[in-house]
Amino acid sequence: MNNKEQIVTEKQVRNKTLLAFFFFFLFIAAVMIGWQWLHRQPQEQGALKPLRTVLDGNEFIFANFFSNNHLAKGFPKKLAVPRVRVNGDAGMSSDFNPETWKLRLVKAAGDTQYISIEEIKALPKTEIIFDFKCIEGWSQVTHWGGVRFSDFVKKYGLDEQAKLQFTGLTTPDEEYYVGIDNKSMMHPQTLLCYEMNGKPLPLNQGYPLRLIIPVKYGIKHLKRIGTIFFSSQRPPDYWYERGYDYYSGL
Amino acid sequence: MKKIVKKHPLAIRWLHWINFPLLTIMIWSGMLIYWANDVYRLGWGDKTILKFFPDSFNKALNIPFRLAEGMSLHFVFMWLFAINGIIYFIYLLFSKEWKLIFPNKHSWKEAWLVVLHDLRIRKGLPPQKKYNAAQRIAYTGVIVMGLGMLLTGFAIYKPVQFYWLCAMLGGYEWARAEHFIITILFVLFFVVHVLQVIIAGWNNFRGMVTGFEVEPYIEIKTEETNIEPITVNPSSQTN
Repeated sequence: MNNKEQIVTEKQVRNKTLLAFFFFFLFIAAVMIGWQWLHRQPQEQGALKPLRTVLDGNEFIFANFFSNNHLAKGFPKKLAVPRVRVNGDAGMSSDFNPETWKLRLVKAAGDTQYISIEEIKALPKTEIIFDFKCIEGWSQVTHWGGVRFSDFVKKYGLDEQAKLQFTGLTTPDEEYYVGIDNKSMMHPQTLLCYEMNGKPLPLNQGYPLRLIIPVKYGIKHLKRIGTIFFSSQRPPDYWYERGYDYYSGL
Repeated sequence: MKKIVKKHPLAIRWLHWINFPLLTIMIWSGMLIYWANDVYRLGWGDKTILKFFPDSFNKALNIPFRLAEGMSLHFVFMWLFAINGIIYFIYLLFSKEWKLIFPNKHSWKEAWLVVLHDLRIRKGLPPQKKYNAAQRIAYTGVIVMGLGMLLTGFAIYKPVQFYWLCAMLGGYEWARAEHFIITILFVLFFVVHVLQVIIAGWNNFRGMVTGFEVEPYIEIKTEETNIEPITVNPSSQTN
């Protein structure tokens, strides 16, 4: 006989068992009620509110791990795929005229500048070959060329704007739009991109200018940039409104 | 009169049962996410034996087009799953329960004897404490799988910030595949675990809720001699 053992009556066994199972079923009920409660909560931007709160909390935590020294892994040019996947056409309406396109840069309310693709190509060029990651779960090693957003900011005197928390980008038809924290925008691998596989972007990949931002999922790599603006609040974001994480950082 | 023998400490019982809905939610939301790029299959070349998952399966469970919902659940309940698992592991270490659950030097050999016994090929089990050798290996394996889930999950959640972890696991796509394979192993473990619990019977299952198992107690009344009461152990298998 040791302290792990006890001699009891059958009635005591029954009572101990009933008591334990009472709490067991209470636990099961609590889990089921909790799950139903969660699904009765209102939605916030396409996600249940308690979940949205935690997703925003995740950003708060993981933004601390963000560093300009943490780079998306580079790959040799020969690993870049020749046929790059096209995964969405929101904002890519057919009435677009690339000949007359100019980037609309909103520096402040009432201070808008229009920039041609030639002016952007005149800036120092950066190339990157990295594993492009879609939020759906696939990835593809792809090769892009353009100007670092941080170089663009320097050249166009946007240092003050870049100190705001966010940059917003929209397509010319404003059908697709993303908001991105400026820490990620100023990351050295973030490009205003005009080349794919050493050639000008194809129309369906965002010709003449798109965003490439390897520290984010593909949903943030807006194709066919129409407008760039800066904000201290979260700019509207297409997929955020459809239930996805705003930060979507990798 | 009955003899009750303490088997599972309260903390282990709670952590075990809390883990059950958490793991269920993680696997379910993971399936909602996986659907958006459901590329894995069993087979070779063009030959596919089993697609993960067949369209009929996805349809029956209403899985398609719920990626955002799956991600929102996955990246919330991941915290609870991780915290529960970490508390469990710390408890094992500090309560010395790990001595009963981690395999010892005999476990690897004895596990085969347990498997042969469970397959009705061999009679009798090697002497054991709380868990037999096969259980030690299986339960410790599940703990390692839990750790594997956290690591592979982290690697695909933040592959740039934790690039070193992603690289250690063979890169982004491998880490995703590993995350998926461990999920399948969890499901297989669950199936065997439930089967074994059913086979082991009520006394064993009750032990995971009440904490004790009940054994018959036979007291031999003796007036002249000082014979210790004898207890009879049923040769029941425990899970």
